Amino acid sequence: MSEATLPKAMLERIEDFGGAAQPLLKVVGLTKHFPVRGGLLSKARTVRAVDNVSFEIAKGETVGIVGESGCGKSTTARLLMHLMTRDAGEILYDGMQVGRALSLRELRRGMQMVFQDSYASLNPRLTIEESIAFGPKVHGMDDAPARKLARELLDKVGLRPETFANRYPHEISGGQRQRVNIARALALSPRLVILDEAVSALDKSVEAQVLNLLADLKSEFGLTYLFISHDLNVVRYISDRVLVMYLGEVVELGPVDQVWDAPAHPYTRALLAAMPAADPDNRTETPPITGDPPNPIDPPPGCRFHTRCASAEPMCSAASPTLTDLDGAGHQAACYMAIPGSGHSRASAAEKAA
Amino acid sequence: MTKLVEVENLNVRFTGERTVHAINGVSFSLGEGEVLGLLGESGSGKSVTLRALMRLLPKKRTVINGSIRVAGRDVLALDDDELSMFRGATVSMIFQEPALALDPVYTIGQQISEAVIRHEGKSQREATARALEMLEVVRIPSAKRRLDAYPHEMSGGMRQRAMIALALACKPKILLADEPTTALDATVQIQILLLLRELQREFGMSVIFVTHDIGVAIEICDRVAVMYAGQIVETGTLRQIVRSPLHPYPRGLLASTTHGAKRGQRLETIPGTPPSLDKAPTGCSFAPRCALAEARCTEALPPAIDVGDGRMARCVLAERIQPASV
Ligand SMILES: Nc1ncnc2c1ncn2[C@@H]1O[C@H](COP(=O)(O)OP(=O)(O)OP(=O)(O)O)[C@@H](O)[C@H]1O
Ligand SMILES: Nc1ncnc2c1ncn2[C@@H]1O[C@H](COP(=O)(O)OP(=O)(O)O)[C@@H](O)[C@H]1O
Ligand code: SF4
Ligand code: SF4
Ligand SMILES: [Mg+2]
Ligand SMILES: [Mg+2]
Repeated sequence: MSEATLPKAMLERIEDFGGAAQPLLKVVGLTKHFPVRGGLLSKARTVRAVDNVSFEIAKGETVGIVGESGCGKSTTARLLMHLMTRDAGEILYDGMQVGRALSLRELRRGMQMVFQDSYASLNPRLTIEESIAFGPKVHGMDDAPARKLARELLDKVGLRPETFANRYPHEISGGQRQRVNIARALALSPRLVILDEAVSALDKSVEAQVLNLLADLKSEFGLTYLFISHDLNVVRYISDRVLVMYLGEVVELGPVDQVWDAPAHPYTRALLAAMPAADPDNRTETPPITGDPPNPIDPPPGCRFHTRCASAEPMCSAASPTLTDLDGAGHQAACYMAIPGSGHSRASAAEKAA
Repeated sequence: MTKLVEVENLNVRFTGERTVHAINGVSFSLGEGEVLGLLGESGSGKSVTLRALMRLLPKKRTVINGSIRVAGRDVLALDDDELSMFRGATVSMIFQEPALALDPVYTIGQQISEAVIRHEGKSQREATARALEMLEVVRIPSAKRRLDAYPHEMSGGMRQRAMIALALACKPKILLADEPTTALDATVQIQILLLLRELQREFGMSVIFVTHDIGVAIEICDRVAVMYAGQIVETGTLRQIVRSPLHPYPRGLLASTTHGAKRGQRLETIPGTPPSLDKAPTGCSFAPRCALAEARCTEALPPAIDVGDGRMARCVLAERIQPASV
């Protein structure tokens, strides 16, 4: 890859306002419900795709989101990108509210997204170079400098511009298309890049190439990542902190090593135990969890995990546990067993000081 | 001892608009009660190999050479009637996408009992009883009620179980599994893998399990054949392949894993991408990406070298390379 010099003619970045202490992204109470029609006579029901989700992403950090299919990861990403309206909640980009201090147009530059399906996200009638140059042109760059930028970015993502610039999306491999999508996201000089299963469709040997590329680009461009993936090994490798989602809610969050080494929520433990073994002499013997992920349509009351939790007690279905701090260092979980004095038989007694 | 499956020097070429040399000289065998993994990246020829075993490739556009013997029969010589008995009764297949095996317009119960009637000539009543038994075997809850369910009325994991029930209904000797858990959540995948492991033992079946995921192979396989560009580049026991691969491709593949990799440390990668398959290989297909490549690697096809212990590696250095410990 080329030297660590930024392309000269890039769009100007959205300025850093709040300084290092201000989170780049702050999300409070984010909620999205989809009404779904039942049959002719059945009553309307609600998909609680994202329910009261709060978290922060510090500048320069990589935050991972994990959880089973349908738990609301992509919906969260789309809400952050303002690709759909939310029902409730606040999204602050560097302390600024979108629509007030920051226009939607500016946000679209400051925050970019890369999707899993590398093919669907590229216009089949544009060459690779045109695809990358498209965004900067929409934001006012002239054609010639935009194409020049596109070629420089192609080089940055490890694709020789001479070979690839004039090809069409169907003329390159999946791994190469994903690099193009990353280049396209970078063309707008974002500070935050949301990667939604961006490496999931890639073969392992190509996945490793793209992960190295993401690390290079992060340090070169000073990026912040939100990294959504179902692969817990990849998430551990790339993330500083992680959120675990279940049926639209965050059930555990914290520094990835703490969460992986000492998971506090039974769901997190099950997810980790469900990873295929790495050692032929240590195969999995019993499934850590049974059944399919339940439907987020009208989720169960109380702790949403109680229908699959081996430690559930009557209190668990009566009211939902809130995310509670575990160690004063940002590791939080929403399980009565992790909340001192909650009344669950496996919770520790309430601390005196609390 | 003769093997249940013996494939020798199999070549599959697709003709038409573009020529694709999908399989180039593949040989392997499968013993009774054995689970063989075909491990490889997308496009390496795993699915085509399985489809060739079932004769599921498009007749007009496919040229097949070599020999495929299954349970003592020459598969490439079967006529249509023999084929339809062979499929389902001797060999059965499950897929990543259950839609390929399940018919959307019939209930699960109808599909299983129809197969039992066709292959075993049972009465409707006996066949329905078998269908119920099979749904219970694959642990579908409230099996009796599920007999009347259509595929679209089931969740992803349930459909996968129903497809397995259908595939095993006539107690085939061999199950061909083409990435049956790839589209599932890890939490559901592990349930299906454990179920397959149990059924394999219970039914005494032999299985060929295709996957691109080494972790999945570890959970289910006894032996592994690693595929690259339509060839098997290394065969060995699961432990040999996972712990001490010989061929540079599986060595690179195993080294590039994120499992146990330290944050901030660069991952090992295999540079480049797999070759296009528009020409038949005349040298080592991995040479353009191989750090150890020499002139002779591209001058002729590297031979399949038997390195003892039932291991094979298709690399000129196979005997000199110290097994990598990964
Ligand atoms: N437009 C919509 N209308 C109705 N329901 C929707 C809509 N978009 C998403 N959902 C539902 O909301 C839930 C969360 O979906 P989302 O795409 O966020 O899941 P996810 O966590 O990204 O899953 P995956 O791992 O499969 O990508 C799902 O049950 C989904 O079916
Ligand atoms: N029906 C077909 N016609 C033409 N090419 C095919 C056909 N089926 C598979 N191929 C090609 O054969 C090669 C091997 O494919 P496949 O066996 O499906 O790979 P995988 O290892 O991912 O299962 C690929 O290049 C694929 O594009
Ligand atoms: S709150 Fe209760 S049901 Fe929920 S995860 Fe904890 S123990 Fe299980
Ligand atoms: S035959 Fe040569 S090029 Fe091929 S894998 Fe072996 S050393 Fe590498
Ligand atoms: Mg998603
Ligand atoms: Mg395949």
